Amino acid sequence: MAKRMDNELNASSMADIAFLLLVFFLVTTTMNPDTGITVKLPPWSEDDAEEVKLNKRNVFAVLVNANNDLLVRGEPEEIGALRERAKEFISNPTSRADLAEAPNKAIISLKNDRGTKYETYLSVYNELKAAYRELWDTECERLYGMPYSDELSIDKKKAVRAKYPFILSEAEPTAYGEEEK
Amino acid sequence: MSKFKKKTNKGTPKVSTASLPDIVFMLLFFFMVATKMRDSSIMVKNVVPAATELVKLEHKNLVNTIYIGVPLPQYKAVYGTAPQIQLGDKFSTPEDIPFFIEKFKAKIPEPQRPMIFTSLKVDGEVTMGIVSDVKTQLRKSGQLKLNYSAKKRQ
Repeated sequence: MAKRMDNELNASSMADIAFLLLVFFLVTTTMNPDTGITVKLPPWSEDDAEEVKLNKRNVFAVLVNANNDLLVRGEPEEIGALRERAKEFISNPTSRADLAEAPNKAIISLKNDRGTKYETYLSVYNELKAAYRELWDTECERLYGMPYSDELSIDKKKAVRAKYPFILSEAEPTAYGEEEK
Repeated sequence: MSKFKKKTNKGTPKVSTASLPDIVFMLLFFFMVATKMRDSSIMVKNVVPAATELVKLEHKNLVNTIYIGVPLPQYKAVYGTAPQIQLGDKFSTPEDIPFFIEKFKAKIPEPQRPMIFTSLKVDGEVTMGIVSDVKTQLRKSGQLKLNYSAKKRQ
């Protein structure tokens, strides 16, 4: 009987090496993916923007001042009520003469002071985005029988977004309430 | 002589550890894939606000982060108590942003460059003045895809 060749690699230290690497990656890892509200900024242009005359009824002006108070279309408002008001303005279900002519003509105008708290600004932005998302949801439900999500095809999503386009114009902030440097 | 010898039982048999490296390697690969190297330590107070309309940023290597907040206590003596911008691992001014953006862009292959997101991790207490300055600089350097980092509201 031939002697069996014994050329197996000694793998007992493999576990140690792997453990070492494992511990290294465990320590350096950051698991949570970055989440947030995505925004597309308008391109920069040096010359002054040309003035566009807008019908007043189509503009939903939101002003957040340095005291973190909200002024919506000239009257004080709470952040909690902003979403419903924006929705009513955009869709205008009762065809009121002072709300948007059509959803695709509605323009949200957002203006803040330099002293506005970032947290307030972001929650206002969040509410405005939520208003549109809820409108998209309703429209999607009506057309395709499912809420607006990534499961929809791109064409369908585009069709819904074309009906209720999210147009938000941000004015340069006023210098009021800036912290001293 | 009996054919069937009674085996002498010397204590409990050892557990085979031959599959241990495989298990550990499996874990190792999982963490290697899921990991993102922390390239800089945060030097500013950074508690991002909560929101509901969140989007998850896929492709971590295409995300460029700018931190804004009040310097942490150990940096207060040098950098003061006013909100500061942190680019990479140092405090900067808004004027440094275009160069920072270009430096990041250079590392990304050409076809993927339009997909670069800049994530603003801004402390909730910061006022909008400094954020507006950053936004203006981003617009000037043509980096228009922006993410206001926020956590999920409970």
